[in-house]
Amino acid sequence: MKKQSAKPAKAHKKNRNVGIVGIGMTSLSSHKEDQNQPEMIHEAVRAALADAKMTLDDIDCIVHGNMELFEMQYQPDMWHVLGSGAYGKDEYRITTGGTVGATLVCAADNLVASGLYDTVLAIGFEKLQEGNTTGGITNMADPLWFRNIQTGALTGTTAAMMIDEFGAERAKKAAMKYRILMDKHAMLNERAHRRFGLEYDQAEDLMKTSPQLVGELRLIHMCSQSDGACAMIFTHEKKAKKVSKTPVWIRDHITVHREENMSNLYAFEKPEMTHHYAARKLFERNGIKDPVKYFDVFEMYDPSAWWGLDWSREFLQLKGDEHLRMLEDGEFDLDGKLPLNPSGGVIASNPIGATAMLRPAFAALQIRGDAGGCQIKKPVRHALASGFGGTLWTVLMMLEKDLDW
Amino acid sequence: MTTMTCKKEDTTNCFVFEGKMALPNQYFVGRLGSKFIIALRDKKKIMGLKCPKCKKTFVPPREYCHFCQTKIDENWVELGNEGVLVNYAVVRYLGKHLPKKVPYILGQIKLKGADTPLTHIVEGVDIKDVRIGMKLKAVFAPKTTNTLLDLDHFEPV
Repeated sequence: MKKQSAKPAKAHKKNRNVGIVGIGMTSLSSHKEDQNQPEMIHEAVRAALADAKMTLDDIDCIVHGNMELFEMQYQPDMWHVLGSGAYGKDEYRITTGGTVGATLVCAADNLVASGLYDTVLAIGFEKLQEGNTTGGITNMADPLWFRNIQTGALTGTTAAMMIDEFGAERAKKAAMKYRILMDKHAMLNERAHRRFGLEYDQAEDLMKTSPQLVGELRLIHMCSQSDGACAMIFTHEKKAKKVSKTPVWIRDHITVHREENMSNLYAFEKPEMTHHYAARKLFERNGIKDPVKYFDVFEMYDPSAWWGLDWSREFLQLKGDEHLRMLEDGEFDLDGKLPLNPSGGVIASNPIGATAMLRPAFAALQIRGDAGGCQIKKPVRHALASGFGGTLWTVLMMLEKDLDW
Repeated sequence: MTTMTCKKEDTTNCFVFEGKMALPNQYFVGRLGSKFIIALRDKKKIMGLKCPKCKKTFVPPREYCHFCQTKIDENWVELGNEGVLVNYAVVRYLGKHLPKKVPYILGQIKLKGADTPLTHIVEGVDIKDVRIGMKLKAVFAPKTTNTLLDLDHFEPV
């Protein structure tokens, strides 16, 4: 693996600390034919305001985002003012593909930390049922070089590489165990979209019967297409301590991306993955030597079981088969060493524009002790949350219970 | 075992508007892209760009060397129409945007003289028999579309 040599910014120079004081989300489901987009957003906004015990009068600025053109509508922030509460306020629209939800959180953090605004409301949403997801993703590809010869969001490469590295039997078993673990977590999370009730003894059967999409990537491994919205409220330390008994602090975040398709040249020299690079830099500048030991929960953007499992090694800076062993030994379980996606992750619920915001949202609920059925039993003080999009665009952030770093 | 739960909203007296959009659009392919496609279309040749410093040949062509950022846009080299399969995946899901009937093979082919593989469709071999290391040759489309599909597919030598 060739390590990336770019010199990124040092740790964020924060003007002031920023806390998450309000979290709201709609139910996450495959169809929402009872609500239009502004109505769906408004449900999440109301929930976040109620959670923060605030009204729209307390909000100084709104950041709004989803996947560009996935619902075939341009600039939805215009007509979403009906539901977002942005009328008469500063509003920014942000769209960075799959990472958009996480980027919204980063932007809200920066807007408050800088002192430009005191309280910021971030809204991520998607109604995938209304658009054509794979069509949208296909349109993202370069029209000349890649649009005709790629497969949208579905890729079999990771499965092939893991089978190559660990052998077919162990790799396939591990990917299916990861999938079933995510379903077991989703079964505990009343908000999750897909809750199948899978059992580990079904693994053998599913490995044979689930339809193949690309290579060994099967339908059961893949994330859902969901409708839903998430809203979060951010404010500065002084106000956060005043309005909330359990503010969750944003410690640091990092964004890294690379165009992977044109980097075909890497076929012969595997580069340092953006996930690995982001985590390495983030942990380095925050003095985190052993992420598995330090973090109490990791909410990862895992679009498929193969990706989720492979990326756990990258994010957690593990070597060889350490990530497989952690999974096999139950260390990613709810009562394991580092519970992974207690929410059920992206495989269970994926309203894309909200998905990467749901990661820090679910992680913050864990820190607060408000995660409901999927609450981790031991105290959660340090959380890691990731976003993923485009061709390996990574956002990684650290959340803390206490202001003691 | 519990059964699958999928929350269904109350949609009494609600209806869905069905739409369909097909919009014309343009894309300027640039000097490098034009030259590459024209060579493919008119001369049945695959062209790459070589960095004189790094000695690496890139295909598809790019304006700058990925490694040293030297401008390489004039340094065209002709690549062979034959190469080796270095990676592949079998596409099995039926996507409306896909160029071929599934299942089909999407391969990465390292052409003679190139240092990067070209991603393209592989035909003429059963999906059970496809192997990394196979020797493949380019088959050009009889009718031009002015796209990368002027190179229709690769097949075993």
